[in-house]
Amino acid sequence: MSAESTTKSSDADAPAGGASAAGNGNEVRVRTIPEQIVEIVSDSGEGAQTAGQLFGTVCAKMGNGLWTVEIIPAEIEPPARSQAGASGIRIRFATRPMTNMGDQADLVVSFNEQVLYSRIDQDALRTGTVLLIDDRWASDEDPGIQEAYQKALDDFRARGYEVRGVPIHSETSKVTDNPQRGKNMWVVGLLCALYNRNLDIAKKEVRKIFERRRKGQAVIDMNYKLLEAGHAWAIEHLDERFDVPAEEQETQMVVMNGNAAVAMGAMAAGIEVCSMYPITPATSATHYLASVFHEAGGLIHQAEDEIAAAGFAIGASYAGKTAITITSGPGMALKTEMLGLAVMAEIPLVVVDVQRGGPSTGLPTKVEQGDLLSSIFGMPGDSPKVVMAASSIDECFHFVITARKLAEAFCTPVILLTDANLSSGQTSFTMPEPNEDWLSPPVDQSPWKEGVAPYAWDQETGLSRRPVPGQAGGAFVLTGLAHDEKSHIAYESAVNQRTMRMRSRKMAALQKTLKPPEVHGDPEGDLLVVGWGSTRSAIDEAVDRIRKDGRKIGSLCLRFLSPLEPGLKEIFARYKRVMTVEINYSDDLGDPLIDDDTRRYAQLAWLLRAHTLVDLDCWSRVPGQPIPPWMIEEAVRGRLEGIK
Amino acid sequence: MYGLKTDWLEEPTPRYYTLGDYEGETARWCTGCGDHAVLTAVQRVCKEEQLPPDKTVFVSGIGCSSRFPHYMKTYGFHGLHGRALPVACGIRSRRPDLHIFVVTGDGDCCSIGTAHWIHAVHYNMNLVVMLFDNNCYGLTKNQTSPTSPKGSKSNTHPRGAALDPLNPVQITLAITNASFVARTVDWNPPHLFATLQAAHRHKGLSFVQIIQRCPHYKAGVHDPLQSDPSQLLLMTHPDGIQLDDSIKGIFKNQREHDPSDMDAARALARDPEGVSIGLFYRNESGERYDEYTALGIATSRDEKIAALKAELSLYQI
Repeated sequence: MSAESTTKSSDADAPAGGASAAGNGNEVRVRTIPEQIVEIVSDSGEGAQTAGQLFGTVCAKMGNGLWTVEIIPAEIEPPARSQAGASGIRIRFATRPMTNMGDQADLVVSFNEQVLYSRIDQDALRTGTVLLIDDRWASDEDPGIQEAYQKALDDFRARGYEVRGVPIHSETSKVTDNPQRGKNMWVVGLLCALYNRNLDIAKKEVRKIFERRRKGQAVIDMNYKLLEAGHAWAIEHLDERFDVPAEEQETQMVVMNGNAAVAMGAMAAGIEVCSMYPITPATSATHYLASVFHEAGGLIHQAEDEIAAAGFAIGASYAGKTAITITSGPGMALKTEMLGLAVMAEIPLVVVDVQRGGPSTGLPTKVEQGDLLSSIFGMPGDSPKVVMAASSIDECFHFVITARKLAEAFCTPVILLTDANLSSGQTSFTMPEPNEDWLSPPVDQSPWKEGVAPYAWDQETGLSRRPVPGQAGGAFVLTGLAHDEKSHIAYESAVNQRTMRMRSRKMAALQKTLKPPEVHGDPEGDLLVVGWGSTRSAIDEAVDRIRKDGRKIGSLCLRFLSPLEPGLKEIFARYKRVMTVEINYSDDLGDPLIDDDTRRYAQLAWLLRAHTLVDLDCWSRVPGQPIPPWMIEEAVRGRLEGIK
Repeated sequence: MYGLKTDWLEEPTPRYYTLGDYEGETARWCTGCGDHAVLTAVQRVCKEEQLPPDKTVFVSGIGCSSRFPHYMKTYGFHGLHGRALPVACGIRSRRPDLHIFVVTGDGDCCSIGTAHWIHAVHYNMNLVVMLFDNNCYGLTKNQTSPTSPKGSKSNTHPRGAALDPLNPVQITLAITNASFVARTVDWNPPHLFATLQAAHRHKGLSFVQIIQRCPHYKAGVHDPLQSDPSQLLLMTHPDGIQLDDSIKGIFKNQREHDPSDMDAARALARDPEGVSIGLFYRNESGERYDEYTALGIATSRDEKIAALKAELSLYQI
């Protein structure tokens, strides 16, 4: 069997680890490869994600670059052995740092054959992908299942995959009475053997996982046994090993997913209150925060609904305590009125929107970049506010700190957009060094300066300081109604014009402090690909591949969407064409009825066309999963054909 | 300020606050509106209790009564329709030092904000919640509210409201952890004052339904109650709302009711012998969510950084 692609094999004929004998007497080949994509796919509830996160952490701890993507069904217990119920995880690990999920898988471990059809449907497999499938179904008591199993395996072989039955269930049964719960660990043992991973590191992580879940030593010991059994079986029966060497790390690194990074960012920013309502895929950020926030003196408030979650955070913030609310698209929709109030009354607030597929309930567990325009514009009246997007997991951490500072300096809500790709994807990044400057200042309770109005807007920047309850001499009535400097209700035309101008001016003041974005690739040429959020790395990877063919193209990722980063028009002018690549819906030219008059653009493209008056093109898809580099490469190459 | 364990300061020299210290803008409610009487009573409570205006916050939603904070010279938060309670709970969560009053109306509390009403009572944070119940939507010009009497005409029900009204006291008494539930009327200043003062002194969420006249859209609705106090049932008890005998004498219809007796409170909330006013229920030992939310409030900056560092080390490669 072979678990490498021809393009990735660095030196297949000169095995780095040499050859030795497997337990079955066959010679064992050890090959050194620079990169590997492994998936574990199962029915829901079989522990594939835990296993994959564990295996990924082991890879990262051994110094590999890592990116994981979870495959999550929308239901807790969807029907077993069905395409719709596929649950699992992809682990991409490599010698160099990894920041996206890559193209097709090299090897897939599957607990049944039916769930693999969902991966085929998602274009996740290629000719030569190795499939290790639990062989228990070959002897299932239901002849229908036996038949389905054989039929699928024949089909997989016909499709060009390398298929091998593995006795996952029967071997696990030898170790535990409950193989259904234990087989994920057995598989981690197998993978550790196959990829020359250090089993001791895996055991340390197992201990950590189960101690966090407050399990006793007996559970930990059982999982050690399962790991060892899977490992031993693989040593005995598989005659190939792979080595993915690590690069020496110059700095201390951490490994975590985007939701944990957001939660830690909240702690690092000195945020005191996190007010939320459960919503996929945002909630795990709060789950994690709930387990540690009290150590940093923080409060998690699970509100009665999304509106109350925003209201509670706004109340805390009005009272001088920094607050965050973490949600996803449908929650954003409900919070809209509260966000408008925070804009109008100039109350600092950090809002994290972990975007999922929309509209309505949409795709709860799947990624989309569909909330950009609603975040910027989706409120009654003109409601200028800061909107940022994290493009990586370390940005999920650091941008919360930035968002907190901006919210307070500019007295405004700051919306930080992440997505379902970042939220559950794991990667390693430089260990942050927490420091005092990141923390919010203590509540100011010094007397308010006499004669200063609660909204004493600086005429040039629109900035003002706000009195906090308890400040002597600062008493004022905050209102969501139109109001003047003194926060008195004011319906006069001139006052309304002036105060709207002040709130808008803050966006210009912030924009003047930003630097123009950096271009990746060629600084001028045929085409510039513009993206935002989690697509950055896949876009860069696609652009790099195309540049190898000599085409002059570049890419650019925007972190600030409101206000937009400066200098865009000048950058765009250096390319013959500019296009966006996004995970949201846009019409494709050439489809029935779709022409220049009817075409609806991807969201960033709408925004940039309006902002720069450049005739931007776009390519976007809503696959409910991250867009792999190969798809972007294909789309961009298609656009390049039209550019001479 | 820097490095202090607590982040608020007590005023070093106490001073005596007069009624004028609580008077904000001139009230713009209609002539004869019951809100004026409540404003006066609340200002008196503030003065009697000597609440520092800078340490006092009035939070309201939207509606006629929700303009209330503008007429006080304290901190105020005039927010969104139905959403005063989540904001007030958020303020309370980390500021045990403030005095917080919530002003809400029957549309605000019993219609658009119903979810928050139920949950705020359940949270039982230390707040005074005043329900200004005028049986109608006034600011939007006369629509039926959940507490409009059956048959009463409005712009949305010109032939009369179709259903019997909601009873806010009955509902509040049904909520787990309700700790202070009272009812009063705007036209009896001593009873109004005594009820609000008791509400303020209660530690926990005090819910006070104030039956309030709207001369503009519901003129005369409460005339029978006002002109014939025997249609009211005054609940009395040493642990209840205390009135001078001269005021008590107005009420021909009285009943001693022990406010620790929830079953009796629920029976009286059905108004079996006229509209019951006074204290239905009080429980000083109920669980208070604000005691939970304030945990960790004194965490130092060093402790915060140490906690994060410890956590990061668990994720270290």
